[in-house]
Amino acid sequence: MAGNKRIMKELAEVRTNPPPGCTVTLADENDMGTWDAVMDGPPDSPYTGGHYKIQITLPKEYPFKPPQLSFKTKIYHPNVSNDDRGAMCLGMLRPDEWKPPNKIADVLRLVRSVLAAPQPDDAVEQGIADQFKNDRKSFDKVAKEWVGRYAK
Amino acid sequence: MRQSLFAGRWRIRLPSSLDGAALRVTKTPPVTRKRKLDTASLSATSQPPPEPKRKASKTTHKDSIAQVEAALPATPQTLTSDKGMDSDDDFASVASSMELGEELSSSVDFGAEDSDVELEDYQDDDSAFETHAKQKPKRKAFEVEYKVYSPQDIQDQQDKQVAEVAALLEQPTEQTAILLRFGRWNKERLIEQYMDNQEEVLDKAGLGQNMSSNPPRIEAIDGFMCDICCEDTPGLQSYAMNCGHRFCVDCYRQYLAQKVREEGEAARIKCPGDGCNKIIDVKSLDLLVTSDLTDRYHELLMRTYVDDKESLKWCPAPNCVYAVECGVKKRELAKIVPTVQCECKHSFCFGCTQADHQPCPCSLVKRWMKKCEDDSETANWISANTKECPKCHSTIEKNGGCNHMTCRKCRNEFCWMCMGMWSEHGTSWYNCNRFEEKSGSEARTEQAKSRQSLERYLHYYNRFANHEQSAKLDKDIFHKTEKKMTLLQSSSGMSWIEVQFLEAASQALQQCRQTLKWTYAFAYYLARNSQTEMFEDNQKDLEMAVENLSEMFEKSTDQLAGLKVDMLDKTSYCMRRRVILLDDTAKKLKEDVWEFNVELA
Repeated sequence: MAGNKRIMKELAEVRTNPPPGCTVTLADENDMGTWDAVMDGPPDSPYTGGHYKIQITLPKEYPFKPPQLSFKTKIYHPNVSNDDRGAMCLGMLRPDEWKPPNKIADVLRLVRSVLAAPQPDDAVEQGIADQFKNDRKSFDKVAKEWVGRYAK
Repeated sequence: MRQSLFAGRWRIRLPSSLDGAALRVTKTPPVTRKRKLDTASLSATSQPPPEPKRKASKTTHKDSIAQVEAALPATPQTLTSDKGMDSDDDFASVASSMELGEELSSSVDFGAEDSDVELEDYQDDDSAFETHAKQKPKRKAFEVEYKVYSPQDIQDQQDKQVAEVAALLEQPTEQTAILLRFGRWNKERLIEQYMDNQEEVLDKAGLGQNMSSNPPRIEAIDGFMCDICCEDTPGLQSYAMNCGHRFCVDCYRQYLAQKVREEGEAARIKCPGDGCNKIIDVKSLDLLVTSDLTDRYHELLMRTYVDDKESLKWCPAPNCVYAVECGVKKRELAKIVPTVQCECKHSFCFGCTQADHQPCPCSLVKRWMKKCEDDSETANWISANTKECPKCHSTIEKNGGCNHMTCRKCRNEFCWMCMGMWSEHGTSWYNCNRFEEKSGSEARTEQAKSRQSLERYLHYYNRFANHEQSAKLDKDIFHKTEKKMTLLQSSSGMSWIEVQFLEAASQALQQCRQTLKWTYAFAYYLARNSQTEMFEDNQKDLEMAVENLSEMFEKSTDQLAGLKVDMLDKTSYCMRRRVILLDDTAKKLKEDVWEFNVELA
């Protein structure tokens, strides 16, 4: 794997100097291909106080193919699918937008910014997006409820 | 039977043989010189027309009678062979049987003939392209002009355009090719933009200025670390375009391989640099793309040419490499159903690339398919098992024994049997015999109305689905036909050419069923008026013709030989009915005569 040295380097960087609010570990110390990240809900967002487990899977073509992201903690958010996959729709992770020099730390930073500022026009959960746009109060309420229920 | 055989032979051979020749000569100027000479010498020597006929019937045995019959209507080819017969009988019979076969297939296979015609009709500046055609002066209303291109044609076409624009812009051809791909092959717009702001266009297309003076090359740079693989071995070979994003050659190559092989990109691959939109130019690609990728890469480049042009489309048939050019624009699709046939014989709609769906316009096809997807089975079930609440029209399934229904939605209470209000039932609980009551009969009328639309849909859907199913069975028939043809050859001593009528019939069946199928989708969206009635008459005629022909395939092999003429007749009748229906429908579509019960998008 061409990316081995690269992945090691990335991992070392992320461990010594993690993106704000994140801690990263390997799911299995012998497997460089699956990373576990825990992200704190950004302050000033309904998710504050929550801790979100995010699994990052590196395809064997990494970094030529983008990593895959999956929320293991349920989150009430227009851009995260409300199912087992917990997929997040990020432009950066689309095959035609991903560039090999992009790093996982960049992805995590982007994820956190999307948590802080949902993008309802680019939603995977249309219902939640509509609520976010039209009835921000109830959206915040449900999102906070979910933090208490799933993300403590 | 024998009578009609006989009559048919006489009727056709005698007058029409000369008519046909005359027709062909006046209608189609560019016949080959040889044929012209033949027909000319024929009329010059003024051979009496009955002569060859008598000769044929006198000299030939049973088989050649069959051949002759196969030749209806007679054409110049038969005349030439007849002429030859004077000098050399053996030669003539060989020649005529060959030509008859040819004639047979073209007289039956309308589709093939039509496509040839359009190829030649098409006038374009790229006259260099190979066309294989006879000319037919007038096109039917349901036919469109189109051309089929081989991969080589497409390549040539690109090269030619590149050369043209290169001369105009005074740019080397490779750069021009990049510019054209960048401009999605819109020559005029590209030239205009280029004239307006040369530098901007060059820059956007990924052709920075000092490309020619200081071309990028693969080199080793001191202290370089590749941002992708994090290698920093001294002497590491690396490459950067003039945007300055430098990566090691291995990573660059892998990046390109990924794009070319996995993502199918070629003309618009961006620099791997983070956020850099510079397109990798051909020179860089040539330098970097490994030899095992070049074929795929060039194929993809060619693909973008077809993909970028509105007037070009790939044939959607699996593994087909041809592309079709047709001038019909998207906005015209409400007026015309542009059906084209590829070299590979696949007929498809140029508008939506679905299989041939004449006479139904694309938008109705889309609507219909969606409706069928959602509805067909459900609708059948609803029709069989449910009624509607007389008040709110919710669909209700009766799942228990009692006739006293309470609508879950509007709480209306009614009797399942008479559909009347339950309150009027008085004491006749669970024993409805109140058919004459007013509320009941009104409710039933209402119900009937709403059910009617469902039944209407099912009427059309069932016929549509039936023809689709039959068309699939026709495929089986076709395979059986092939076997029958082989059997016929051995049992009746007929030659391969002579049993072709079966294949022709089977092909005609398929084509007509395809058309019929879509007439039902079309009719579903037609408003009721006299035009629609005419359409349905045409539809009925074609349907009857098709079923008659279809029935003949059930006959046993030993009967088939004797049915040849009948089958040929029925085949050509089917095709005629199809042409009549399509022509009429297409004309009215063009002239906006049809009244639809939906918006034609």
